[in-house]
Amino acid sequence: MFSRMAPRGRSGLGRSLAELGLLLLAILVLLDGTVLSLVAAISSESDTHEAKPVTHKNTSKKSFPVLGIKYDDVSVPFEIALWVLLASLMKLGFHLIPRLSNVVPESCLLISVGLLVGGILKLARDEVPPVLSDRIFFLCLLPPIILDAGYFLPIRPFVENIGTILMFAVVGTLWNAFFVGGLIYAVCQIAQDQYSDIDLSTIGILPCLLFGSIISAVDPVAVLAVFEEIHINELLHILVFGESLLNDAVTVVLYHLFEEFMDSGSVSAVDAILGLVSFLVVALGGVLVGAFYGILAAFTSRFTSHTRVIEPLFVFLYSYMAYLSAEVFHLSGIMSLIACGAVMRPYVEANISHKSHTTIKYFLKMWSSVSETLIFIFLGVATVEGEHHWDWIFLTSTVILCLVARIIGVVGLTFIINKFRIVKLTTKDQFIIAYGGLRGAIAFSLGFILHSEHKRIFLTAIITIIFFTVFVQGMTIKPLVELLAVKKKNEAKRSINEEIHTRFLDHLLTGIEDICGHYGHHHWKNKLNRFNKKYVKKILIAGDRSKEPHLIAFYHKLEMKNAIQMVESGGGSKLNSSFPSTVSMQNIQPKIQSPPSARPSERVLPQLTKGREEEIRQILRTNLQKTRQRLQSYNRHTLVVDPDEEGFDDLFLKKRRRMELDWKLKQMTNYLSVPRPQGSPTMSRARIASDSQAYVKPGAENVPTIQIDLASPQSPDSVRLLDEVVQDQGLTMSLPSSSRGAYKTSGKDDGRDQQTLLRCLSDPGPDPDDDDDEDYDDDEPVPT
Amino acid sequence: MIALIPVEYILGCVVPLTTPQVREAERGEREPLATMGALTSTPAPIEHADLSEKTGFSHRQIMVLHKRFKHLSDGDDVLRREDFLGIPSLKYNPIRKEIIEAFFNRRNFSPSRQGRANEIGFEEFLVVLSYFRPPCSKMTDEQRKNIRREKLKFIFNMHDADGDGLITLEDYKHVVEELLSRSGALGKETSRAIADAAMFEVARTVGHTDRDEFYEGITFEHFLKLLSNFDIESRMNIRFLKSNMIPGCTVG
Repeated sequence: MFSRMAPRGRSGLGRSLAELGLLLLAILVLLDGTVLSLVAAISSESDTHEAKPVTHKNTSKKSFPVLGIKYDDVSVPFEIALWVLLASLMKLGFHLIPRLSNVVPESCLLISVGLLVGGILKLARDEVPPVLSDRIFFLCLLPPIILDAGYFLPIRPFVENIGTILMFAVVGTLWNAFFVGGLIYAVCQIAQDQYSDIDLSTIGILPCLLFGSIISAVDPVAVLAVFEEIHINELLHILVFGESLLNDAVTVVLYHLFEEFMDSGSVSAVDAILGLVSFLVVALGGVLVGAFYGILAAFTSRFTSHTRVIEPLFVFLYSYMAYLSAEVFHLSGIMSLIACGAVMRPYVEANISHKSHTTIKYFLKMWSSVSETLIFIFLGVATVEGEHHWDWIFLTSTVILCLVARIIGVVGLTFIINKFRIVKLTTKDQFIIAYGGLRGAIAFSLGFILHSEHKRIFLTAIITIIFFTVFVQGMTIKPLVELLAVKKKNEAKRSINEEIHTRFLDHLLTGIEDICGHYGHHHWKNKLNRFNKKYVKKILIAGDRSKEPHLIAFYHKLEMKNAIQMVESGGGSKLNSSFPSTVSMQNIQPKIQSPPSARPSERVLPQLTKGREEEIRQILRTNLQKTRQRLQSYNRHTLVVDPDEEGFDDLFLKKRRRMELDWKLKQMTNYLSVPRPQGSPTMSRARIASDSQAYVKPGAENVPTIQIDLASPQSPDSVRLLDEVVQDQGLTMSLPSSSRGAYKTSGKDDGRDQQTLLRCLSDPGPDPDDDDDEDYDDDEPVPT
Repeated sequence: MIALIPVEYILGCVVPLTTPQVREAERGEREPLATMGALTSTPAPIEHADLSEKTGFSHRQIMVLHKRFKHLSDGDDVLRREDFLGIPSLKYNPIRKEIIEAFFNRRNFSPSRQGRANEIGFEEFLVVLSYFRPPCSKMTDEQRKNIRREKLKFIFNMHDADGDGLITLEDYKHVVEELLSRSGALGKETSRAIADAAMFEVARTVGHTDRDEFYEGITFEHFLKLLSNFDIESRMNIRFLKSNMIPGCTVG
């Protein structure tokens, strides 16, 4: 790992790399010293508890200890924290190295780190903890990733392609399982491997089929990790990803079925039929359980308006309950989680405050990304740990058969599917779908809990195929996508015009279908939508928002986003404000008018008295009115700032600023960073809280708010004014030259000003009357 | 939703494909068999071939649509606006007026024509519906571009109520208002703001920079540019029937 990182890093990151290396070493030493295995520790928690009284007895005999060591008491959480820390630091480290993350997918790097850590542990202690046990994996690591996927599932493309996805997920996985299983059995019968101590021909047909069913499922974690990075178009992404989610039911059923058969030893036709029934029960049952909890969550969120603090918790708890409840009955936990997330989202989002929404988003992204990192690292560690049985014939035939099965499956199924699809899948699409069939940790975990005498050989083969798909396919898929010129994801932000036309088209197509008298897709969708609006929304969503159509909701969201973005981008905002001023103003105005409770305003703008605040508000309001008046005529002036505004007609600057923004937006497409980093409310709140003291100015009364340029029609100017208010005061940390059009004010000051404004202007939730949010602030301990 | 999808497959695709008579009829080699009594009142085969060539629909599709046409017009040879208004499921459509007007807009029949018709025949009916034909899988970029243009033109004509080739703010506002007409007072207030915002966005997208000039409205060229990321060719489609086996499909 380091040998790969070091030469690249030397160019300019030598120092940070060295630091990283030191940190890593420190962690390794700690891990090495303390590793009692995460799992062993968790499972033997009772032992630790038993040990406790003993320690107490010992200490009580001696004189009062000034410094004692009780590592045993904390070992479990300590080790968990260490692992998570290692994972997070690794993730951090990869993004510090330029170009590396472009070439090698993160998952590969993480597995490599895992291999390294596992190797060091093995050298040092001669044994490696079984970190990736099935319990940890299925109960702790997997749910966050799946919930994240389910909650943010792009429902529209998913539903539009549900037929194709189901075809790939069900028929494709079945085909893969039986093709690979059957042919592996054939290979085992034929093969004569004199170097092997296991006679391959002793492996029966049922273990082979079991192996096939484990190995055949495309893994959502691996797919997500790789597909997030290649930015493929939405259709292909949802096809591969949807398949990886929905094939869980097939895998679960096949696994239990073959395991059962292996115990009983015989298969009858009745068993096969029962297997089919069981599949339907597992899949539909999972979905039903998930939907049930989803509706429950939506209903609960209707009443949380007085306790916003725990609002996000309900989303997580209900989802986890859905997952566990499904697992209790051997139903598909993954499908349950997906259904739960997808069902609850529209209703929950309408009910909860904007802040809670951000919290949910961040928590989900954080959890899922840490889980994912841990999974890949653990996969590496587990590879070193396990006892392997290398049987070249078995391994190579597995890899080849998996590839062949996938290709035949995809091509064959697409041939059938294309007969029914309006938008056909091209050869390129088929190739990417086949090539994107990555295997991952789910297969490994299933292999881990296998009770078979051939477990070792199976596990080795599973690891080989995982490594092959993640490393070879994962690393080459990006260049291949470029090479084949597969359509990329549309990075541009969704525009209001597109949204209008999406809705327009929906109604148009429904109308045309009605005229043709043909009750197709759109007709039923429309019926469902109407039912949803008429009954479901009324029950599940509190207040007026239940009547809000999509378009308005979208518009409000966009408004909100733009306002925040405008305030955040501070200095350049008046030029880059990608949204009309009225819109921004309408968004901001009510929020300013709603009198913020005393404490936050003191905290945020200590230098402004109430009177001043009122003045500014007045000015903002006048500006708004002017803008509105101008809007009537709809001429060019409304789009642009006032002519006497210096540097304003400089369209070049405007463009540059927009390009900068676009670039930033592109940067943030990374998994974790959903909004722009500085936009994180938590962060800004933290900074504001700590900044405010430094900001208290003795001459606060002299704030020259009167100089505000009344003629300027755009709200960003008003915002700008506040910047200047601060700067005119000659605050030591601001650059004196910073004025309109200067984009290079020092980031620190900018950040501060912006955050102050952010706080002042756009903090409350999506509804102007969303005052409850302030309670949240008050209750909250001030971060330090 | 999930459960509903197969219904459509069954209605739209599977059933007609499985009967051999239908396949033959689709190839246009033979008249439909006598068992399909409902289709006896179809136009003569020669006329069919013309229509098929012009609109890209297959014989089978034309017959089905003709039946629907007769049903809507109560056996008449022409359709009037009232006939459309009588369709029960159309009543809930917020943009019902626009949809119906699109059938009577002469610009949709052929680019050179203007104004509005009061009644339309079967041919016009088919021509309008042909805008919703799904594209074929094998198309050159040129063909794809043309189809895209045609479909967008159709939408554009729907927005442009007065037919002057410009979507003005008033036009656009009207569209948004209609879209939100089912949400009461809430929609009225917001639709205005949304139309404003959308108009701003248009002006920004097309780079309307001359600030002394009043931005009159969206021309078709601007409209194309505006929706350049909107893959209308794969979205504005109706599953009439099995359509990728139609001989006239390649007609761009």
